[in-house]
Amino acid sequence: MIRLPTNHSFPDRLLKLFSWFCGLLLLFFFIYLFLDIARQGLSQITFNFLTTDPMNAGRAGGIAPMLVSTLLLLTLCLLVSLPIGIASAIYLAEYTDETQWFARIIQTNLNVLASVPSIVMGLFGYAFFVVALGLGFSILAGALTLACMVLPLLIRNIEDSLRNIPDEYRINATALGLSRYRTIFQILLPMAARGILLAVILSIGRAMAETAALLYTSGYVSRMPESILDSGRSLSVHIFDLSMNVPGGEQNAYASAFTLIVLLLMINITTLSLSRKIQKGAFSEH
Amino acid sequence: MSPLTRDRYLHYVLKFFACVSILSLFFIIFFLVTESWAIIESTPASKYILDDAWHPTDGEFFLLPMIVGSLFVMIGAMLLSIPVGIFTAVLWQFYAPAWFSSILERIVEVLSGIPSVVYGFWGIMIIVPLLAKFQAPGTSLLAGIIVLTLIVLPTITLVANSVFQQVNKLHIQNAIALGLSRFTIIRHIIFPQAKRGLLTGVILQAGRAIGETLAVLMVCGNVVQIPGSVFEPVRTLTSNIALEMAYAMDIHRSALFLSGLVLMLVVFMLILMTERMKFTSDNSL
Amino acid sequence: MSISTTHSHLKAVPENYKSPPGIDKLSAYINIENLSLSYGKQTVFEPLSLPIYQNHINALIGPSGCGKSSLLNTIVRLTDYQNNANVKGQIHVNSENVLDDSTDLISLRQNIGMIFQKPMPFPMSIRKNFELPLKEHGVKNKDELEYKIEAALKDVGLWDEVSNRLHQSATQLSGGQQQRLCIARILALQPKALLMDEPCSALDPIATKVIEELILNLKGKYTILIVTHNLSQAKRVADYVAFMWYHQGHGKLIEHNYADVIFNNPSNPITTAYVQGLTE
Repeated sequence: MIRLPTNHSFPDRLLKLFSWFCGLLLLFFFIYLFLDIARQGLSQITFNFLTTDPMNAGRAGGIAPMLVSTLLLLTLCLLVSLPIGIASAIYLAEYTDETQWFARIIQTNLNVLASVPSIVMGLFGYAFFVVALGLGFSILAGALTLACMVLPLLIRNIEDSLRNIPDEYRINATALGLSRYRTIFQILLPMAARGILLAVILSIGRAMAETAALLYTSGYVSRMPESILDSGRSLSVHIFDLSMNVPGGEQNAYASAFTLIVLLLMINITTLSLSRKIQKGAFSEH
Repeated sequence: MSPLTRDRYLHYVLKFFACVSILSLFFIIFFLVTESWAIIESTPASKYILDDAWHPTDGEFFLLPMIVGSLFVMIGAMLLSIPVGIFTAVLWQFYAPAWFSSILERIVEVLSGIPSVVYGFWGIMIIVPLLAKFQAPGTSLLAGIIVLTLIVLPTITLVANSVFQQVNKLHIQNAIALGLSRFTIIRHIIFPQAKRGLLTGVILQAGRAIGETLAVLMVCGNVVQIPGSVFEPVRTLTSNIALEMAYAMDIHRSALFLSGLVLMLVVFMLILMTERMKFTSDNSL
Repeated sequence: MSISTTHSHLKAVPENYKSPPGIDKLSAYINIENLSLSYGKQTVFEPLSLPIYQNHINALIGPSGCGKSSLLNTIVRLTDYQNNANVKGQIHVNSENVLDDSTDLISLRQNIGMIFQKPMPFPMSIRKNFELPLKEHGVKNKDELEYKIEAALKDVGLWDEVSNRLHQSATQLSGGQQQRLCIARILALQPKALLMDEPCSALDPIATKVIEELILNLKGKYTILIVTHNLSQAKRVADYVAFMWYHQGHGKLIEHNYADVIFNNPSNPITTAYVQGLTE
């Protein structure tokens, strides 16, 4: 908050009024939204709900398969994107600087990749993973598509954490005769560990919110997936299906939406407390 | 393996992974182009505008209503969310007490992570019936605009807030020492410096708005028409893809891939615009 | 509570001391009484009293970290906008306590102008740099604006250099020119006092010389309080010098006297050590 001297002039008061109006309008809509979902959804959340299969096309029963599918999707996505992400971030942070044309091409590419509309990503996922690679509608195909979406976010965040480490550490390491390999893996990466964790959690949040990209890659089937080559429905897709295609499915849709929001809230809180810890003393342990 | 050799291999391995990470972009473009090739080859561009209707199975590819739908929804949402977002940021940076601002900030941060599907769902449950009371059928362009505004608003507010905070504090200090008051400082010192960052943020969100699929699909009504009023249903390019992919064949499917390609190119151009802006803003002044 | 300050702490006026022409009455335009500043639990400087003599150059010297800049900030109440700033004591200007809640801050800052270490003209045209504060303080007439801008620029010796490019951005000027612009910007408001926080630290020696000459020219027309850690600069320009040093981790006013006395015959051993360069 930036405090400024006020003289209560007419424009100042007008701006104040208008800003309050906008702020309260925003608050109103979102509190309404949240309370509505909480009120309608909370009543449905029972242990049963979280652990049983949906019945009657989802009007009754629970969301267990969706939770499992979502979990599988997230895990696979991270398994694929994390190595590539960390390696690329290390390359960008430690071997290039912003002036090289190669680095700038990669950065621009990543920026574009990050903004690809999710339905277009879904189209690509369908054409490539589902059809061309023959994976069919499967959790694997969905996870790989998610990995493409999540990769730029991971790389950008991890690269930032690495770049934030002061150069003195690298200089000292070289002066001591340490190889690049050792410097990176035994000094820099551990220091960036919290930042990497933060990047991972942010990516999880992003992946959980993804819906359109999954429609035509991981599929629509609502039963419990038996393997990663099986089709599975994520929680977000389930909300979509219940609200659009299943008359009478609203109650469970509310409950699923509430579950999803709560999960995301937990992720958000973890992110916030982690990033605050990073700001307070990232390198204090070294 | 000697440390020197290990370092050399490390360099190659890391470089390889970096290249892999951008490989996906090339693959995406490649597949989009190959899949839409069928329709690019066979159909002149004029058909998208001059055909009578969208009946892809009959060879009618009147895409214009969907392009218009996408544009209208995006523009409407931007028109609503830009002022509300910017002025909310003004509120919590300059006018509201500190405790209120920090609560507001936390709330908006959480909101920016909520999936668009949830907003779309709430749109169906609350906004659409509300609009329907006003003017049937409820699922309409306006519903799409409102829902899209809700989706984009948190991020725009956060961007505006961070842009305000990044204004050079020394300028503000000088301004205060010269006896300038709050409104003058906001208008003449802070806003001019914030303009560039705001523009970048807004353009990026516009790109996101035009790419939004499910939320608008849920509340827009999905009738292929150029709307006469905001209360009429529309179908966006993105919803079109999502709806018809399930059963599209051959050239129909090709047409859908083509819409996807066009969307990508539009977003790509928006990104290039922001990159160029970042470049020129570093050079001027 | 008397406002006129007793000068008893000043030693007898040295024979070669010449007061500036036109000044016959010695009085304090700004009278600081028992002023202290802290941020939360961290004290910046402990209670000090300091008269700032009208139309003379008062220098505040001492090592960095003693709170000299913070003292200046407190006088124009910039501390109001800092978190946790706790100001105690009184600052009298024209028999009014500046630290009162009822003080009109806008006119306070018109009356007492502040120059910062890093020259920071606004990123707009030279003309707009002047118009913004002038308009804020009620000058609307176009001719009056032009007149004041020209007068202020002439006062700092910039008029010849920039008169034909007032519409160009102020950031295109050199460091020295920018600092003179910042000074002119304040002079246009016709203040009575100028507070300068190390105005030459960010400038090269030539620009520094120009600014120092300007400051000497301004003496007699304005009350000046200049913070500097450059002892030779203080010797060159100051009439009165106040010396601050550390005491238990925060700042403390050690000695205040004629410049001549502080530099040649100080009473306090710390002052002696400092001005002789032993503890710079």
